[in-house]
Amino acid sequence: MKKTLTTLALGAAMAAGPAMADLVFPDLSYRTGPYAAGGIPFSDGYNDYFTLLNERDGGIGGVPAKVIECETGYNTEKGVECYESTKGEGALIYQPLSTGITYQLIPKVTADNIPLHTMGYGRTSAANGEVFSHVFNYPANYWNGASGVVNHLLEENGGDLSGKKIALVYHNSAYGKEPIRTLEELSKKHGFELVTLPVDHPGQEQKSQWLQIRRERPDNVVMWGWGVMNQVAIQEAANIRFPMENFIGVWWSGAEHDVMSAGAKANGYKAVTFHNVGRDFPVFDDIKTHVSDKGLAAGAGDQIGNVLYNRGMYAAMLAAEAAKTAQEIHGTKDITAAMMRDGMEALVMTEEKMAGLGMPNFGPAFNVSCENHGGPGLVGVTQWDADSQTWSLISDFKATDGEVIGGLIAEDSGAYAAENNIEAGCK
Amino acid sequence: MFYREAGDFKTSYQGDSQTFPIKFDRYRYYAVMAFAFLVVPFMINDYWANAILLPFLIYSIAAIGLNILVGYCGQVSLGTGGFMAVGAYAAYKLMTAFPEVSMFIHVILAGGITAVVCVGFGLPSLRIKGFYLAVATLAAQFFLVWLFNRVPWFYNYSASGQINAPERDTFGILITGPNAPAWATYLFCLIFLTVCALIARNLTRGMQGRSWMAIRDMDIAAEIIGVNPLKAKLSAFAVSGFFIGISGALFFSVYLGAVEVGEAFGINKSFLVLFMVIIGGLGSIFGSFAGAGFLVLLPVVLKVFGVDVMGWPTDIVAHFQLVIVGALIIFFLIVEPHGLAQLWRVAKEKLRLWPFPH
Repeated sequence: MKKTLTTLALGAAMAAGPAMADLVFPDLSYRTGPYAAGGIPFSDGYNDYFTLLNERDGGIGGVPAKVIECETGYNTEKGVECYESTKGEGALIYQPLSTGITYQLIPKVTADNIPLHTMGYGRTSAANGEVFSHVFNYPANYWNGASGVVNHLLEENGGDLSGKKIALVYHNSAYGKEPIRTLEELSKKHGFELVTLPVDHPGQEQKSQWLQIRRERPDNVVMWGWGVMNQVAIQEAANIRFPMENFIGVWWSGAEHDVMSAGAKANGYKAVTFHNVGRDFPVFDDIKTHVSDKGLAAGAGDQIGNVLYNRGMYAAMLAAEAAKTAQEIHGTKDITAAMMRDGMEALVMTEEKMAGLGMPNFGPAFNVSCENHGGPGLVGVTQWDADSQTWSLISDFKATDGEVIGGLIAEDSGAYAAENNIEAGCK
Repeated sequence: MFYREAGDFKTSYQGDSQTFPIKFDRYRYYAVMAFAFLVVPFMINDYWANAILLPFLIYSIAAIGLNILVGYCGQVSLGTGGFMAVGAYAAYKLMTAFPEVSMFIHVILAGGITAVVCVGFGLPSLRIKGFYLAVATLAAQFFLVWLFNRVPWFYNYSASGQINAPERDTFGILITGPNAPAWATYLFCLIFLTVCALIARNLTRGMQGRSWMAIRDMDIAAEIIGVNPLKAKLSAFAVSGFFIGISGALFFSVYLGAVEVGEAFGINKSFLVLFMVIIGGLGSIFGSFAGAGFLVLLPVVLKVFGVDVMGWPTDIVAHFQLVIVGALIIFFLIVEPHGLAQLWRVAKEKLRLWPFPH
């Protein structure tokens, strides 16, 4: 037994030699388990965009992109296995779509010199590039999301939230706990009362939380949920007749599958977002001709244009643009992970660039720099219309409370640097 | 022919009562040990360490710990995940409080702390038995996970409630953190596994193990012949907790590096380790290894076969994995209710007679 293992090990070590023919983008997806409803559309969008680049443009700068999919099931142990098994294949960038796996990978990618992009999730303080050299979370992070929610509520209430009561229903994990600190700071600043209600994994059981909401009568409910928890929460809110327009989720709690099951009762539910929604973009025509009509669409091919599909596609687009930037900086087509990191750090997204890619106004225009890996943190608000079954942007991308967030990022990243003996600074 | 006692004369009591009385068995054991200690560290890479060998070694320690409690002493426990969490959080608090102390000491202390906690939760076993005890340990599982989620002191007040293993060393060699070499983490866990297995094997062969087994087989009869149930049950909880605490500490600090208590040490972990013990074989040290190996390796093998060799979609393979592992568990429980260890025993009996079976 032991012997066959090692012969296999030798074989694996030899086979895992760097094959520089393709640009490798591992996709740590989850198409199974209680979080699959969110994992499938994201992964489909991520895969389809690279398929589109290969079919339409012959890859990135002429080098074909190769997506290696690895199923994590939102499980950290499987995530580690996926990371170790794909990193030898010349992986350029990791996007695990899981805050738990992100925490595991942050020290590993830094040691292995591979960039990690956690778009709108992961460790918020990674926005400080001076401490987290290999981790990026542009264009927006959880704390921007929390502040975006509060800003929207401020707008609705004429700029005054004092005396209001806001309840946070959150997934009881690293992911769900992230916004609490920011919301606490903001509650001090704006004078609202914050009630926090944890929901344990996987989130099917929320009766007691919603009973408490009924008792406490908050003016607004904010949700930090994922997977099956979202559908259950929206259904429970409908059951206690909580007004949907006062119920607002983070961007991971605002996709079609979250609201569909509650039917017409979910009408008016809101969610913040950092990218545009809908299928009203020229890029979808290209995806139709080059990907789905040729039968190359990932998965079942039925997710195109959904909120999370768009997000996966946006993630792939940012990765591809960073790869292009890296190719320009280093003057070579066959970039390595280290070059990819430089490309991400020098990424410039402009309106013209996005329009040229067939995605005009798809996300905010921003620049990444060594000091700021977090982007501008602009947050918009979407609302669900149950009749037409569409999400639509009701508030454009607006700035969030940089003062509060910046302070918290400096504090948290400083603590990480001290704990791990990292000398902050830009090389 | 090779595998038999004939001609292997023992001239001392020590020789007669050794762990592997058959010469062939003994040499096989030495060969495996030499291979694990002297060959594997030189050919190991990150993938083999982090994806296969570390989980195998660490789950083996946990399975040995649980086997002592369930397999030898007959006290059903569903709190393994919670007890592993105690080991992990103890290691974390020790690592951050005393950074200059060697990792060996931290892991052993974490095991000791878990042993104390485990004895505390083992106290009800003196009054309740069987399913009722399983429910009491289930309460321990939920209570401990809730506690580590609820009290910020345990995770040093970090914003996310995660614990992260900082870089720590032993004799100047990095053991934890991303820069630790694969061979060092592997050897570190292997040393713990070897020592734990030796202790467990010798404990279960001696008076202590016999009193555990007496309690398991019939506690009233055991009490009548003079086995103190208080001592026997609580010592089983203590030893089991010690091993499970070590495995939890290694699981967090060496293997994963960052842990979220609800996800890593949830009820699923308790069931996983219990399945390892049941599939491997209750009341067998070898069974603990076999069960851990089976449940750690099988998913990886299925994944490599399905995705890398056959090129099937990852979600299909993940679903098949559940089906196949489930079917194999049922198959083993029907065909061989005593687990993989019994297959091994049968194979050894056959070997003894080979090549003349009559």
